Amino acid sequence: MSRFLVHRFLQAAALVAIMSFACYALIGLMPGDPIDLLLSSDPRLTPEDVARLKALHGLDRPLVERYLAWLEKAVHGEFGYSRLYAQPAAGVLWPRLVNTAALMGTTLVLAAGLALPIGVAAAARAGTRFDRIVNALCFAGISVPTFWLALILILVFAVSLGWLPAAGIPMARDPGVVDRLRHLVLPVATLALATLGGHVRYVRAAMVEALHQDFIRTAHAKGLAPRRVLWRHALRNALLPYVTVLALDCGTLVSGALVTETMFGYPGMGKLIFDAVMGNDYNLALLALLLVTALTVACNLAADLVYAALDPRIRQR
Amino acid sequence: MSAPGIRRRDFAARLWRRPGARAAVLVLALLAGGALAAPVLAGLMGRDAETVDLLARLAPPSLAHPLGTDELGRDTLLRLLYGGRVSLLVGLVGAVAAATLGTLIGLVAGYFGGRVDALLMRLCDGFLALPLLPLLIVLAAIDPAKLGVPQSLAGGDDASIYRIVALVALVGWTGVSRLVRATVLSLRERDFVTAAVSIGAGPWRIMLRHLLPNALSPILVATTLAVGSVILVESVLSFLGLGIQPPMASWGSMLTNAQELITTAPELAVYPGLLIFATVVACNVLGDALQEAIDPQQQARESGA
Repeated sequence: MSRFLVHRFLQAAALVAIMSFACYALIGLMPGDPIDLLLSSDPRLTPEDVARLKALHGLDRPLVERYLAWLEKAVHGEFGYSRLYAQPAAGVLWPRLVNTAALMGTTLVLAAGLALPIGVAAAARAGTRFDRIVNALCFAGISVPTFWLALILILVFAVSLGWLPAAGIPMARDPGVVDRLRHLVLPVATLALATLGGHVRYVRAAMVEALHQDFIRTAHAKGLAPRRVLWRHALRNALLPYVTVLALDCGTLVSGALVTETMFGYPGMGKLIFDAVMGNDYNLALLALLLVTALTVACNLAADLVYAALDPRIRQR
Repeated sequence: MSAPGIRRRDFAARLWRRPGARAAVLVLALLAGGALAAPVLAGLMGRDAETVDLLARLAPPSLAHPLGTDELGRDTLLRLLYGGRVSLLVGLVGAVAAATLGTLIGLVAGYFGGRVDALLMRLCDGFLALPLLPLLIVLAAIDPAKLGVPQSLAGGDDASIYRIVALVALVGWTGVSRLVRATVLSLRERDFVTAAVSIGAGPWRIMLRHLLPNALSPILVATTLAVGSVILVESVLSFLGLGIQPPMASWGSMLTNAQELITTAPELAVYPGLLIFATVVACNVLGDALQEAIDPQQQARESGA
């Protein structure tokens, strides 16, 4: 078990290290470096000035050297300033992370809370009309483009009916809890609907698998109530793979939230990355990208660990 | 491997028996037909999808414009059909490109095994553990000139199509490579592979002539499902302004301005999304049906029979 743990942990750490270099290199490939930006704001700069400025800021040095210089500062907690927000990049990040966590947490609780009963019910009635309808709805959920779903929800509930605000966050300086929640309804609904289909299909598949095991036949044979067999015996075994899916989904939701956050103007990590990339805010884009990568990798690691912790068959290997 | 003709006919019949598969094929055929017929219709209407008519902005449906016009007076129906050409093309080519890369990697990993396999599969795990959309956005924003791509290729009209296909292949190979590797691992020890080795066939001949044909059905299923997800990725990137660049349109890029126009012209937000949705549902249903037609036993298990 401990060898497995150490192995997985090292693997995740190596991936994050590799990705930090990859992200650094990618950000450098985006159009318009800081000198280009200076040049566009001051056309009197001569090519000699540009070369001098590049040398001054070390931009003429090889990529690996620049990366190592950045890394040395980064491990000391210095990530540079954000161009768009005119403050240290790390300071911009924190409130955004909290916002995204609130959006993701609500969505995951809602999606899991709905997916479990629906998936179990569909598996218990496999092959019936109910199962087929659930399956068709799942296909719809998996196939719908998130941004379009958001557009349609805005169109129906904000524009036509006027029941809910189209923005993800209140305009007022000190919004009450109710106001904040009202603004969260549409973004959460978008994300939950977009992820629900996959979750239901997963729960159903895991339940169908579990219901075919020998111990289920034994439980029926010794006269347990069908309901008890379904919810206590089958579900406990089906939950195991589902828990890992939930952990993995934390990672995908960070990215999935990008579209939703952009659509609803919700100040989270996804929108931050998008704005930073579009606004040539290199320090911020790099840091945010790295943070999201590290978080996603950590969620994947957590999924493996939870699985190992819950399933003794894996622990013994 | 006896009588493959009968097995193939059997497979087609099993596929066709499923009403979902029939509906999906019909939907895809209609959309592809519309996309192919777009230039013909444009010729009949005497305009093309990029003809701007500022006097007829946001016109309601009429005989001249069956679905009305958009905010620049361009014909919505023609834009949808031409957008479909781009979206469907990117979906198909992108999925095939990703599947080809995945097949090659899976073949090599499964056939050579050992260190090569370990390295490639760690790479695969790594890709699967990355936040895809943020990375795609950065990748879509990079300047190809800084990578040394010649201006003639990077600045051409079709550059945004090449770029998106390359992106999709780069991130989409993992699923297929795992499938192919698993199939190759189970086939590698079989007698026909030993026989091929004993008559002196080289590794590439064995991989491409003996192993690949036996792995085709899972590849087909994965590629069909991938068409849908590639179209989704393309639509998101184009919607965000990082995919297909104007004046060319795809269904995703047609939705770029939809949010600002949602109160004045909500139908412009509805049509392109509906077509994306229909295409992706059709691909997913078809992929699922293919899977079940290839492996009927699994289907019997799943439906609880």
